[in-house]
Amino acid sequence: MFSPLVRIQREDFSLQDEIDALSAGRADIGAVVSFTGLCRDEAGTLAALELEHYPGMAEAEIARVANEAASRWPLLGLVAIHRYGLVKPGEQIVLVLAASAHRRAAFEAADFMMDYLKTRAPFWKREHRADGTLGGWVEAKGEDDDAARRWE
Amino acid sequence: MNTVTATAAAGTRPVRIVYFAWVRERVGLPEETLDIPTDLTTIADLVRWLKARGEGYETAFADETVVRAALDHVHAKPQARLGAAREIAFFPPMTGG
Repeated sequence: MFSPLVRIQREDFSLQDEIDALSAGRADIGAVVSFTGLCRDEAGTLAALELEHYPGMAEAEIARVANEAASRWPLLGLVAIHRYGLVKPGEQIVLVLAASAHRRAAFEAADFMMDYLKTRAPFWKREHRADGTLGGWVEAKGEDDDAARRWE
Repeated sequence: MNTVTATAAAGTRPVRIVYFAWVRERVGLPEETLDIPTDLTTIADLVRWLKARGEGYETAFADETVVRAALDHVHAKPQARLGAAREIAFFPPMTGG
């Protein structure tokens, strides 16, 4: 068994550095699937997204989701990194890496992680608009709840 | 026996309540420690009690089906029992990822 790596941080991250760290010194991994979530500019109207989170619970909840993924698929490694604070269009927000011997488990686990992370991890996005005004809080989407229910 | 202490212990207990995103803005506080009545059994009971505290709470919890809660960092439904939870959180549906 392995312990999933969960990090909540203000700083950016490097996909390649995380894959290298995950696979360093081992040759049992045959597949690494990565998902990177980026900040869109919403057709030029968005200056930044402000990500608020619940310190303590964010780490705990993502770790619970990661441990569930590890119990459902034969994984060899799992990484979840989520940023908070101000993120500008084009910048990275979230990273999920799932490693396994064969690709199917890694694909499914990464998909599962993102569906659950969106609906269960205590993060809230607020828009800062390009015209200098503070936008509203982003509303949760029903389609994200539907996506998470696929795994029940 | 100290009478004052005995009275306080019988009726209330202190809990830390934290708020996030627009729930935080409407309540007007990121967190507070409140002495809540020990006869509040569920999260829904606590929400009703908070709504009686003022307009900010009333606005924040106007639609009780929307606001989510967590007990000691674990998601909990409105009918969940408060038990001995020390930190209770209220927040909108999550929009991370």
